[in-house]
Amino acid sequence: MDHRKRSRLMQQFIFVGPTSLFFFMIVLIPFFLGLYYSFTSWNGISRHVEWTGLRNYLHIFTKDPSFLHSFWFTAKFTFFGLVLTNLLGFALAYVLTRKLFTRNVLRTVFFVPHVIGGLLLGFIWQFIFVRGFSSIGQATGWSFFNLPWLGTGGTAFWAIVIVFVWQNAGYLMVIYISAINNVPKSLLEASKVDGAGRFQALRHVTIPLVMPAVTVCLFLSISWSFKLFDLNLSLTKGGPFKATESVALNIYNEAYTISRFGMGSAKAMIFFVIVALISLLQVRATKKREVEL
Amino acid sequence: MENTAKKFNMPLLLVEVIVILLGLLFLVPFYFLLGNSVKSYSEILSDSAALPSVFQWSNYAEAWKAIDFPHAFLNSFMITVISNILLAFLCSMCAYKMVRNNSLYNRLLYIALVAAMVIPFQAIMIPLVQVVSGLGVMDSTAGLILAYLGFGAPMTVFLFHGFVKSVPLDIEEASRVDGNSPYGTFFRIVLPLMQPIIVTVIILNTLWIWNDYLMPSLILQDPGLRTIPIATYSFFGQYTKQWDLALPGLVLGITPVVIFFLAMQKYIIEGIAQGSVKG
Repeated sequence: MDHRKRSRLMQQFIFVGPTSLFFFMIVLIPFFLGLYYSFTSWNGISRHVEWTGLRNYLHIFTKDPSFLHSFWFTAKFTFFGLVLTNLLGFALAYVLTRKLFTRNVLRTVFFVPHVIGGLLLGFIWQFIFVRGFSSIGQATGWSFFNLPWLGTGGTAFWAIVIVFVWQNAGYLMVIYISAINNVPKSLLEASKVDGAGRFQALRHVTIPLVMPAVTVCLFLSISWSFKLFDLNLSLTKGGPFKATESVALNIYNEAYTISRFGMGSAKAMIFFVIVALISLLQVRATKKREVEL
Repeated sequence: MENTAKKFNMPLLLVEVIVILLGLLFLVPFYFLLGNSVKSYSEILSDSAALPSVFQWSNYAEAWKAIDFPHAFLNSFMITVISNILLAFLCSMCAYKMVRNNSLYNRLLYIALVAAMVIPFQAIMIPLVQVVSGLGVMDSTAGLILAYLGFGAPMTVFLFHGFVKSVPLDIEEASRVDGNSPYGTFFRIVLPLMQPIIVTVIILNTLWIWNDYLMPSLILQDPGLRTIPIATYSFFGQYTKQWDLALPGLVLGITPVVIFFLAMQKYIIEGIAQGSVKG
């Protein structure tokens, strides 16, 4: 019996051990270390780490308008990013589940931007906003293209939204397509027999049945947009004058541009709490609206 | 009858035309990127919307050298492949045992992993660098892979965990009766059954690791170790506004992942749909 117990322990060790170890080393320990640093004024280099209590947090909420601004920017961005990617993703999925000749090619076209990382996309679009748009503007005379897209805070905000939607709508489309394909044909036919039109069928049959996919897509798009970093870094670098600095970028600059690791950690903890809260609230809210078949 | 058929088909054709136009609009950025990547600098400045008048392929040769493309590609490739294999291997083992052995430790670990899925990278990046350098693997491929194993574990275990629950116990019992050890049962019987979710996991992790910028930028410093995103970033910083070099560099940067996608499209689309059902 003792032998058996030992063998069980050995199995647990071999199967679960390595992943546990890496997870502790890379995620849990740094997370708690970060929590500790958030109460200090550590600069990342000195051996001496001074405990400052809640001073960092107080500073952030009372004397750091750039952080609060980055929060406001990120919240606004999340809202528009989320609404537009989901609307477009769902509309594309809805249309591309109909019998179109070019259905498969178009699915590929809409998905392709997603496989390219945000960093490279940002650079590509930087060219388009700076040079491409002005050429189109000259050719067409449309003032829309002659705006200083990356030059003012307001337009740069929309520039990032445009690229974000272009990058991610196709991914959500894929999820919505598989959800729409899973809606039983019999239900749609029954609604037709009952005299429902296309829109009524969409509203009362399709949409309630794809709510689980909506949960997933909202979760994904919130998480992407709230953690916006790569695209932000390469497209606007937070500029002009920090107008488009996301929270993630603000934390990064705090730590690596001005070397305030303690302050950066405090910001990161606030960021974590908010991300966690949003995720919880959001999953709970949409779970309620799901329909069981 | 004729009339209703027409009524049904006309809008569908209209819909098709509209989506095709939208699809073309989605491709416009690629047109700008590819078209201008072979133009001379002055031509890019004078009109970036027109087709190139002369194809200046030397742009690519220069960008290839400046970015040290073969090295960057190889680095990205090695890091993505090794991290993927280890993540799929170790996390499937871990998830399997967690489902089959409902001990207190395993339950706590599961809760910790799920909770950790919402931890943004910025919340751990500062001390992470410290931990990695404490382990003596800073500025090395091994250190970066280690970081991916840890940070990728929550999501990967979560996906496997959901799948293992649907693997029937009878099969495993039969395998034990046939004389397989617990290890043999896992590797010969359970692991092959997990193939669909393994494909999903590999695809999601590949898209993440291949395109990741922040993690390698913190861990790697040696220019010889640069991955494609890092190489592109430093290259772009050097040649800002020198579009005749920057654009072909970007084309080189996106080509491998676009080819990967087009070749594996079927699996990628299925994998994402699968992963989202579990997530």
